[in-house]
Amino acid sequence: MSRSRANTVKIVSAALFLLVLLVVVPLLIAATGRSDLYYTLTSVALLSIISAGVWITFYIGRINIGQGAYALMGGYVSAILVMNYGVSFWLTLPLAGLFCAAASVLIGLPILRLRGVYFAMVTLVLTEVTRLLALAVPTITNGASGIVSIPLPAGISFFGVTLVPDFATLANPRLAFYIVSVLLMALCFLGLYRLAHSRIGQLCQSLQQNEELASSIGVNIAYLRIIAYALSSFLGGVGGAMFASISQSIYPSSFTVADSVNFMLNCFLGGLGYVLGPMLGTFVLYFGWDLLFETEEFQLLIFSTVLIALMLVLPNGLLSLTLPHKWRA
Amino acid sequence: MEQVIANGLYLGAQYALIALGLTLIFALMNVLNFAHGQMYVLGGFVTYSIYGQLKLPFVIALICSGVTLAIVGALMEKFLFRTVIRRSKREESTMLLAAATAFFLDAVVLLLFGEKQRGVPKIISGVFVSDRVILPYDRILVGVVAIVMIATFMLFMQYSKPGRAMRALAQDRIAAQLMGVKVERYSMIGFALGAMLAGIVGGLLVSITGVNSGIGGPISIKAFLMVMIGGAGVVGGAIAGGFILGMMESVGLTVLRAYGDITYLVIFALLMIFLSIRPHGLMGKPWG
Repeated sequence: MSRSRANTVKIVSAALFLLVLLVVVPLLIAATGRSDLYYTLTSVALLSIISAGVWITFYIGRINIGQGAYALMGGYVSAILVMNYGVSFWLTLPLAGLFCAAASVLIGLPILRLRGVYFAMVTLVLTEVTRLLALAVPTITNGASGIVSIPLPAGISFFGVTLVPDFATLANPRLAFYIVSVLLMALCFLGLYRLAHSRIGQLCQSLQQNEELASSIGVNIAYLRIIAYALSSFLGGVGGAMFASISQSIYPSSFTVADSVNFMLNCFLGGLGYVLGPMLGTFVLYFGWDLLFETEEFQLLIFSTVLIALMLVLPNGLLSLTLPHKWRA
Repeated sequence: MEQVIANGLYLGAQYALIALGLTLIFALMNVLNFAHGQMYVLGGFVTYSIYGQLKLPFVIALICSGVTLAIVGALMEKFLFRTVIRRSKREESTMLLAAATAFFLDAVVLLLFGEKQRGVPKIISGVFVSDRVILPYDRILVGVVAIVMIATFMLFMQYSKPGRAMRALAQDRIAAQLMGVKVERYSMIGFALGAMLAGIVGGLLVSITGVNSGIGGPISIKAFLMVMIGGAGVVGGAIAGGFILGMMESVGLTVLRAYGDITYLVIFALLMIFLSIRPHGLMGKPWG
């Protein structure tokens, strides 16, 4: 009985949260006239999707600093499909994700055998490889000058009924992007929650603790690792594709090593043990960075000092503060 | 060809010295020091200030770089890493801390020294010319100093008391503690030593390539590459990794010049293949 009540509470609060994001926030922004906040919030939503991918790899006990590689790949796949082949953007979104997932299976087969810092270092290098690759094949990626002026997403209509309007005809495409991103984020974290509480999620946790032990009682660890990594890269690809569409451009330097490190920091800061960790971490990091813009040349100094202080006080993430009973356990 | 090998050796010697510091910190603390490149940059700027601006002798500048970084490293270990390792549930948390300290050092360097590329006058001028090899004397000097330092470091680790203690610590922390090694003190010394090496290489190279505040990240990535090639936490591996990377870079720049700027792409691809055959590098412990 109490279990189902707890579930109801969760569902209601999630619905409320979504309602606030989709209705209250736009109203507030309209009231205050700060429409630049749309871009910030959209970025937070998308970055938290990409960070959620990193979180999945943490869930199988791997430190992934290569998410920028897949975000970049996803951005390029979407941009190239839209620009050169005239594919609808909405179709390229899953395609970019699938492309990244397929690529990550190929890359993951050898490197997922590595553990600990070895995996971390290889993935770090992977981000750099993707950037260099984008520079090395200018016939496809247009080299350092990147792909620019990508058209806004076109509409989707189904038997004459417009499901999604053409973004170019909208008075405020920023609001549209915001809503799409929030919906994507909700979908992503719903999936993540289901994943973490499913049978596969439990098995993933067994990998995080002890791979040999898990494998000795019949868990197919190689298969699970690949699945988790592919899921993670899928999210990276989708997020990257969305970003390319919003900024209407993609460059080899759109996602760099620093971004990959930031995705990892988002997860750490929010707390690795909590599904909502990446979302909170991204929000705090991104807004913290933005707020500090006023301090000009001291921005990075204050930002990093706060990060270090947070790490000293709350080494298990921000969410460990609100859930003390879990922390003690 | 001789020219390529000479360049490779020169690059390899400095790379090995960078990788040594990183691998030492990793072996002792199980910390992947993201801030290693930033420590290198800081060392470079200290030498720049003392040798380039105050016009004091280069040797003094180099020693100052080393001492400054040793102090920075010791403080970082004592007040940051030790605390986080003690309090955190997952040991990966130190990576966040390391990344944050990298940002912090970046910010400090940027505030103190600005974003301009800085160089210093040559230590010695002139170029060594033979019929096959052309090398400026200052590069030869830097290469030789680097090799001498590597040798000193290895002797220190092999025969001195702190060296022995640190090797014991790297092998088995708990066993070392039970044998009466002061774990905390030697962790701090090790971290300081690793940081000092980074600072000294930075100081050495400022006389040749100069230094600017943005190169910390790329240097860290190169150091990671070397450590991956050689195997994390092994002194011999770091040296081998350094020389191998130096050689590959030197050969690649010559051989692949016709195909554009793809040397590093090729190196990365080779590394992926290599790691899928030998996941823990040339001589690393499995699952370091």
